[in-house]
Amino acid sequence: MRLLRALIAAATALAVTAFAAPSFAADDPGPAAYAKALNGKRVMLVPLAMGFDLAQGWAHYLKKEVEAWGGTFETRDPNWVVDAGAQAITDAIASDTRPDVLIIHAPDLNSYSKLMKKAQAAGTYVLLVDNPANFPADAFVGSDWDKLGQLEAEAAIKGCGENSSKKIGLVQGDQANSSSLYQYAGIMKVLEKHPDFQVVAKPDSNWDATTSRNVTTTMLQQHPDICSIIDFWDGDATGASAAIRDAKLDGKVFLVTTGGGEKAADCDKLNDGTYGAVVMTDLARQSGDMNAIIKFLLQSGQPAGTSHTYIYTLEKATTKADLKPDSCWDLKALQAEAAAK
Amino acid sequence: MNATGRPNWRRLNQEGIVFAIAILLFAAAALGLPGFLTADNLVAIVRSVSVLGILALGMAVVIIGRGIDLSAVAIMAMSVAWYLQLLNTGTSDGLAFAYVIAGVLAIGLLNGFLVAYADVPAIFVTLATGSFVFGYVRSQLITQDAVPVPQGHWVELLGGVRFLDIPIEVFVFAGLAFLVFLFLRYTKWGRFIYFAGDNPVAARNIGIPVRPMLVLRYALSAVVALIAGLLTAASLHSINTRVVNSTLLYDIVLVAVIGGIGLSGGRGGVRNVLVGAALIGILLNAMTIIDIPLLYQNLIKAAILLGAIIVDGIINPRDEQTAQQGDI
Repeated sequence: MRLLRALIAAATALAVTAFAAPSFAADDPGPAAYAKALNGKRVMLVPLAMGFDLAQGWAHYLKKEVEAWGGTFETRDPNWVVDAGAQAITDAIASDTRPDVLIIHAPDLNSYSKLMKKAQAAGTYVLLVDNPANFPADAFVGSDWDKLGQLEAEAAIKGCGENSSKKIGLVQGDQANSSSLYQYAGIMKVLEKHPDFQVVAKPDSNWDATTSRNVTTTMLQQHPDICSIIDFWDGDATGASAAIRDAKLDGKVFLVTTGGGEKAADCDKLNDGTYGAVVMTDLARQSGDMNAIIKFLLQSGQPAGTSHTYIYTLEKATTKADLKPDSCWDLKALQAEAAAK
Repeated sequence: MNATGRPNWRRLNQEGIVFAIAILLFAAAALGLPGFLTADNLVAIVRSVSVLGILALGMAVVIIGRGIDLSAVAIMAMSVAWYLQLLNTGTSDGLAFAYVIAGVLAIGLLNGFLVAYADVPAIFVTLATGSFVFGYVRSQLITQDAVPVPQGHWVELLGGVRFLDIPIEVFVFAGLAFLVFLFLRYTKWGRFIYFAGDNPVAARNIGIPVRPMLVLRYALSAVVALIAGLLTAASLHSINTRVVNSTLLYDIVLVAVIGGIGLSGGRGGVRNVLVGAALIGILLNAMTIIDIPLLYQNLIKAAILLGAIIVDGIINPRDEQTAQQGDI
């Protein structure tokens, strides 16, 4: 009996190898070409800083993928200092281990343009992430900030409702960062179509929570009947929310902001009512887009700077009502996963 | 006015000039801006400069003793970030606070020791320790720029404390200002700070313990920074260490200096800090109400500071002593 079973098993194995193997593995040129193009390639991420949710999320997903195809993944941490970022990029281009792909999170429209040109001239593909810049990179992956502003404005209008004061306050970032400028443009586009809604104040927070709190406090005192505030980043919207709380206007002022969709930063705060709506970036998908374009560029054989692709991430305004368990990603979980390795 | 009936321009020092500008601005804003002269807005003005003012009090004590503490903002943000991180990872409150207060005192004492006994200029010592504190805490002790306050923790509750609808920061600022005033004016060590700041060698020669007092001042400044950090976290329910890269440090020095505390030491007091803070508070509030963009706000702030310094330079020319010894 045992012999019979062994015989059958052997016959099956034979049959599988005899019929299946030759028709697949030997003919598919994909994996070999893939490995040849990607193996040993270097990818470097230079974000504004490594200390905040977006950068840590990107780094997590990119590292996982790059290392899986046999590449090297590195990050540099300029810690919000533009000069330090420029230095990091300069060093990277000049070093013996020049990265094949440089992913740059630009602080403003112009600062790194010359350096990115240099990188491309040296043969490094340049990807811009999140913040657009005045430079024809090989690819831009990130938000269409104008569209994002429109989504925020629509969420604010909806949050206010028809029977409200129809007064909206803005807490802008600054007057240099493209994400702030385009967001503003997008918001204004929507508000033009709703002439009954008006922006009563539009101070800058300089991306600082304390400043955001102070300007929002003043704004609410000047216009206590504001029905919605749009703060341009969840990193400083904690300040605007503190001002609303202090003015005892919780639930009366609909706070809209935007962020990377991290659980503690966004979903938890939607859940407890701090934020009315958050236009969230799907970070895993955005990182996936970056991974795909990196793989494409490395296999394309085209010189750096040949093509210019824009890959805008799908954005959506999320409110408490449409919050799902997977609406956010959890930085703590990713860190625990990284620590466990 | 003096006895001859002519205005006594000599008495109009920088503090007076800045105070006059503050009053003028206040009057103009009260007349021209609707909603400026309301109780709520006045409270908001004081509150918006409370943390800045508290930090400036610590800075003032150091500057009067002819020093400067450039590590104040790093200590403020990083100590509280570390405290919250410890709480978030499950350390008991008492133990976490003990660690943090020990760390804060250690940095303050290190600053003081290096300045007093190793004779390294304060500007370099505190610049270095500030960077060290930021770098070490940011890279080794916390995982993110922003650290949230655990829900229901006393720091969060502190942020909601109000007396007569006035936030707690205002009272802490007022209380600390009064304490520092008493210290500088009525205690022996407080008076000695002026002697030490005015002429350290002479102060030492008459038997004042110049060096231990120096160490004490930096420790005091560090503790004041911790208090400011706790109040910031209380209000925002989180602390963002990015503030270390902001212009807050310059604003602190600005508040102290614009109020008339000379960087050469030995001059000034709590009143100067209050005048400086009042000017900055009124200025920022009025500009926010008018909705002036941030770029222009900084320009206006800088122009007023420059104006005050120039007028002070004309009215109170540098004396022989400062010319010889220089500022810090």
